[in-house]
Amino acid sequence: MATRSYDIKSYTGFLQITLLCLFVLYAPLIVVAVYSLNASDSIAVWEGFSLRWYADVFTGAESAKFKVAARNSFIIAIIAATVATTIATLAATAMVRGGKFRLRAWSFGLISLPLMVPEIVTAVATLIFFNSIGFERGLLTILLAHIAFCIPFAYLPISARMQGIEDTYEQAAQDLYATKRQAFTKILLPLMLPGIISGYLLAFIISLDDFIITNFVKGAGVETLPTAIFGAVKQGIKPNIMAISTMLLGFSILMVLISYLVSRTDKKS
Amino acid sequence: MSLENPNAIEVREAVKRYGNFTALKTISLSIKDNEFFTLLGPSGCGKTTLLRMIAGFEDVSEGAIFLYGEEIEGLPPHKRPVNTVFQNYALFPHKTVLDNVAFGLQMRGNSKADSRKKAGEMLELVQLSQFANRKPSQLSGGQQQRVALARALAPQPKVLLLDEPLSALDLKLRKAMQLELKHLQRETGITFIFVTHDQEEALTMSDRIAVMSSGELQQLGDAREIYESPRNMFVADFIGETNLLDVSVDRIESGQAVCHLDGGHALTCPAIEDVTAGLNVHLSVRPERLILTTGPDTDTGMKATVRENIFVGTDITTLVDLADGPQITVRTSNSARGNERIFEPGSPVFVNMEHGAARLLVD
Repeated sequence: MATRSYDIKSYTGFLQITLLCLFVLYAPLIVVAVYSLNASDSIAVWEGFSLRWYADVFTGAESAKFKVAARNSFIIAIIAATVATTIATLAATAMVRGGKFRLRAWSFGLISLPLMVPEIVTAVATLIFFNSIGFERGLLTILLAHIAFCIPFAYLPISARMQGIEDTYEQAAQDLYATKRQAFTKILLPLMLPGIISGYLLAFIISLDDFIITNFVKGAGVETLPTAIFGAVKQGIKPNIMAISTMLLGFSILMVLISYLVSRTDKKS
Repeated sequence: MSLENPNAIEVREAVKRYGNFTALKTISLSIKDNEFFTLLGPSGCGKTTLLRMIAGFEDVSEGAIFLYGEEIEGLPPHKRPVNTVFQNYALFPHKTVLDNVAFGLQMRGNSKADSRKKAGEMLELVQLSQFANRKPSQLSGGQQQRVALARALAPQPKVLLLDEPLSALDLKLRKAMQLELKHLQRETGITFIFVTHDQEEALTMSDRIAVMSSGELQQLGDAREIYESPRNMFVADFIGETNLLDVSVDRIESGQAVCHLDGGHALTCPAIEDVTAGLNVHLSVRPERLILTTGPDTDTGMKATVRENIFVGTDITTLVDLADGPQITVRTSNSARGNERIFEPGSPVFVNMEHGAARLLVD
């Protein structure tokens, strides 16, 4: 059949390239996940299945350090994602529903620029900024930095969702005696919700696993999970690092899965 | 009209400008209470702009709009007792059919239970009760259309605005909905303002029609007036099919204008204002008002040659070349009687005009 020759599966090397890509992307993760279940003290020799390194994360010598770091990470991620999502929702409403205001293109550039700036540049700039205004480094500096760089990540899914919502819905609501505020809360907001949830989860994950910026702006002795893991690795990689990394990976996958399910149930209705 | 019973809508010298562009040029018209009124025109003629000005989505640059005698300019859409059926329906996708219909009632301050009860009655009226708990996306286009109608009618607006609501439906469904809309309008007694670019739709449904083009009102009248007595070239050309012929006026005699075609053939038709002897004007005659014969039936019988017969089902369209003149179109009904008046291509024939069928138009 004529159409078959256009099928991407018939391209030369399709299968090989696909397998290579999958291998490069996922082999390291699989190795870490598998070896986190190793009974051995060594990270390279397999000595049988065991959950001892998972237990070690919670009860071992370094457990106290990890617990504090994990709590910091989650508190920061929750607050940063909440604040960033709120700001991003308002920004998306203005950008998508605000009509043609002056400097609209510039505004969009300002919102999305942080995605393109190398993270190390943002990190150094943020550090210099906090130093120059005399802001003492600690949890609060981490939180402020996270809120700032999470905004574009939350903004993108929200504004994408909003662009798909025709503005006749709000007009119809206002035509049916709803005030502007009611049209927003009763019609626009529920329709935006899947985008807002996706944006929130994305911001949450980005905050949770950020290392570079956090490492620059955190105060001495204040650790988040990624910086704590990095600190532990500097003293040599132990299997408990693999266990904690696998848990973090699992949590990220869960978040992405929720985000996917939210957008899917919405499409069905 | 007395003060106690003012017009449903009165547009008084309304102008709409967008920057340098004038979308509506000084429009004045009155829409009567309980009327099925249609704004008809090609896209970009300003009909939807006028509708949105009545709904409150566009402000009025100059002039004023009155709803039952009260000026409504400045009122936001939610304070105007008019509802709109949108072109794409704009049904709230996250609400059920019942909650969609109940929305306006609830926003007007009715309790949730009351609103739902009344919404249920509205759904009964449009025969969709069994779909009350579905989401709009689970309904067909025609059903969604009826939900949009029920939703807009539920709060009992003083005027219902319909923005090309039938354009997304297929032909058969559209015909059925045209009748249903007409019946619904009579049953509810609500004034309908219907916007369309489909002249057949407008003729079928409306009590009165306002024909618009490039931001101006071209003609206002009932279907028969608009069709049979077009006031200008635009209306004659836009509504239905017509033959436009260039003629020169020879003289005016007791209300009749005696003219001749470029080819020299003499014709007589009712004189209109602004037409005097010596003027070059246009003559409009509908194809179905022309009859082909082998000899001249009347004094207006014009010599011609049949070029082509096109079978279109209910009718046969015949293209004929007038002797020394342009090509014109004749439509004959596909009936036993009509078929006697169909001739082979190449046949010499006479084109006869029914009495009073021709109408003069000035540019």
